[in-house]
Amino acid sequence: MTDLTLVQAVNRALHEALSTDPDVLILGEDVGVNGGVFRATEGLQKEFGSERVIDTPLSETGIVGAAVGMALYGLKPVAEIQFLDFIYPAFDQIVSEVAKFRYRSGGQYPCHVVIRTPYGGGIKGGLYHSQSSEAYFAHTAGLKVIVPSNPADAKGLLLTAIHDEDPVLFLEPKRIYRSVTGEVPDGDHRVPFGQAATVREGSDVSVFAYGAMLPQAVQAAEALSSEGVQAEVIDLRSLVPLDEKAVLASVEKTGRAVIVHEAPRFCGYGAELAALLAEKALYSLKAPVARVTGFDTPFPYALEHVYLPNAERIAHAVRTTARAS
Amino acid sequence: MSVGERSLRALPYEAPRLDRLWPSWREQLLEGYRWMVLGRVLDERMLGLQRQGRVGFYGPATGQEAVSVGVALALAAEDWVFPGLREQLLLLVRGHPLTTYMDHLFANDRDPARGRQMPCHPTGRDARYVSMSSVIGTQVTQAVGLAYGLKLRKERAVSLAFFGDGATSANDFHAGMNFAGVFSLPVLFCCTNNQWAISVPVERQSRVEELAHKAGAYGFAGHRVDGTDLVAVFTSAREALGRIRDGHGPEMLEFLVYRMTPHSSSDDPSRYQQGDWMARAREVDPVPRVSELLSRTGVLTPELEARLRADAEALVKAAIVEAEAVPAPDPASLFTDVFAPAPLGPRSG
Repeated sequence: MTDLTLVQAVNRALHEALSTDPDVLILGEDVGVNGGVFRATEGLQKEFGSERVIDTPLSETGIVGAAVGMALYGLKPVAEIQFLDFIYPAFDQIVSEVAKFRYRSGGQYPCHVVIRTPYGGGIKGGLYHSQSSEAYFAHTAGLKVIVPSNPADAKGLLLTAIHDEDPVLFLEPKRIYRSVTGEVPDGDHRVPFGQAATVREGSDVSVFAYGAMLPQAVQAAEALSSEGVQAEVIDLRSLVPLDEKAVLASVEKTGRAVIVHEAPRFCGYGAELAALLAEKALYSLKAPVARVTGFDTPFPYALEHVYLPNAERIAHAVRTTARAS
Repeated sequence: MSVGERSLRALPYEAPRLDRLWPSWREQLLEGYRWMVLGRVLDERMLGLQRQGRVGFYGPATGQEAVSVGVALALAAEDWVFPGLREQLLLLVRGHPLTTYMDHLFANDRDPARGRQMPCHPTGRDARYVSMSSVIGTQVTQAVGLAYGLKLRKERAVSLAFFGDGATSANDFHAGMNFAGVFSLPVLFCCTNNQWAISVPVERQSRVEELAHKAGAYGFAGHRVDGTDLVAVFTSAREALGRIRDGHGPEMLEFLVYRMTPHSSSDDPSRYQQGDWMARAREVDPVPRVSELLSRTGVLTPELEARLRADAEALVKAAIVEAEAVPAPDPASLFTDVFAPAPLGPRSG
């Protein structure tokens, strides 16, 4: 066990994969000499060489398209997109190619590409360094979408992603890259996909969150405890595949649900969770499902603190949901 | 003399010159011709079946056969092919069974891709022929990534990216050419310029006179080749592949051809092709040009010619009869291959 920040845990996972598997490669903008703009790949090129930790030309479709070719050849590329906001030039490669290769070839050409990218607001990044567009990708069959919220999961889920047989979009909550520190197992630590984590147990309301919203949800739950409301906080971790069982089991217990994400509300990932509860847990629900989300606006700069859900907004929703009948 | 004006009917080769250019030309050119005839018969029959409603779609390669066949003859087994829309013949020359390709065209239960793609989008792992999408240009960066692997693992193989003239306007063409140049990768970019992207002529894709000139902007050589000349396609591909194998980095070949059919079974060229296009195309029809050369040099007799045609028709007919009798894919196959089959823990839906 070592105490690490989330971004250090990402770095350790990449280091572990590069050390133990000669097929693993890293490619992206500024990932080599510079060690990544967030330092996630710090020191890796020096240790593993510029052939395996590759500074690419500035083209996201080039990065992901090249990663596809590497994967078809049998390598295990880990592509970095510098910010999720910059992924759209590669959207065609991800949605039309990465997600469909196995299917369209009848399994002859699996396409195991891992795409890591920092996502989300809270760093004063404005319109184009703050987005949470996970729903676009979760909507696409054939992609796994993973979001860690703490250092141990960041390492364990990333190592699972690198050794998985399917393509994975790995979203890193950059806002908490350094603000969260935690114990991280050494070596080849893996956390399985499709398993949500119960971060705090509670009997009154289920709060579902992921990524950088986790600390906010926990803070809200702690605050409500003194008011006599016991919130259960579930970290989804894996958006695709979703741990449907854990979601339903918690709501069957509490009868109330609050869904939190920083992405816009309309057609956001929370809409899918709400639909799931309507379809499969309606008779357990004692109150309407509530969502605490970003607004249906582009992501703002000066007013990002207004846009982003925080503990206060979450607590308000949980309190309202707990009292509704 | 512009391509449209030239009166290129016979291939300009005599036996002594061919002996120098291509020592095994008698066997290989005849072999190539056999495949070109098969391709032509396949296009005729499948377009007919499409009109009868027996296959859903068809994208012919009529007029472009020399490109697939000439490049295929120049390839080594360890090379990789990322196809564009009209390289199916290359898949067959590489050893993929005609019956399996026909299963794909009929999208039946025996199709290795379970009928998931439109016809003329085959996959052939057995031929290192990568699955294609209908999206334009995305295969270009992928071929480059695969070439990165070849270089990393010090293989002497080459990765080939095929694409049309329209694709030279697409993002991935630029990104792929650029990456290949920067990393000096073993890629052969093969632009099959049939002068039309559905209805839009090549002059509307680019202001450059030859698309091959674009390679210069990425720091490597590009050459235009008469893509209706099987000998020229073979020799230019063989030479480029040799240089690439020797570690000299990527090259681009622009094969100039005439699209002699509609873009696909869903297209009507009378809306946009005027004048003497087809007449000009027929002047350089690659199939009779090879036939004329082989006849003139005594390799092909009228009897052999007739037999090749009859053999191709029999092969295609037998494959059609066989594939058409196979039922549609099992509905359960809709849900396989979305993800790897291994148990991966709980999953929704």
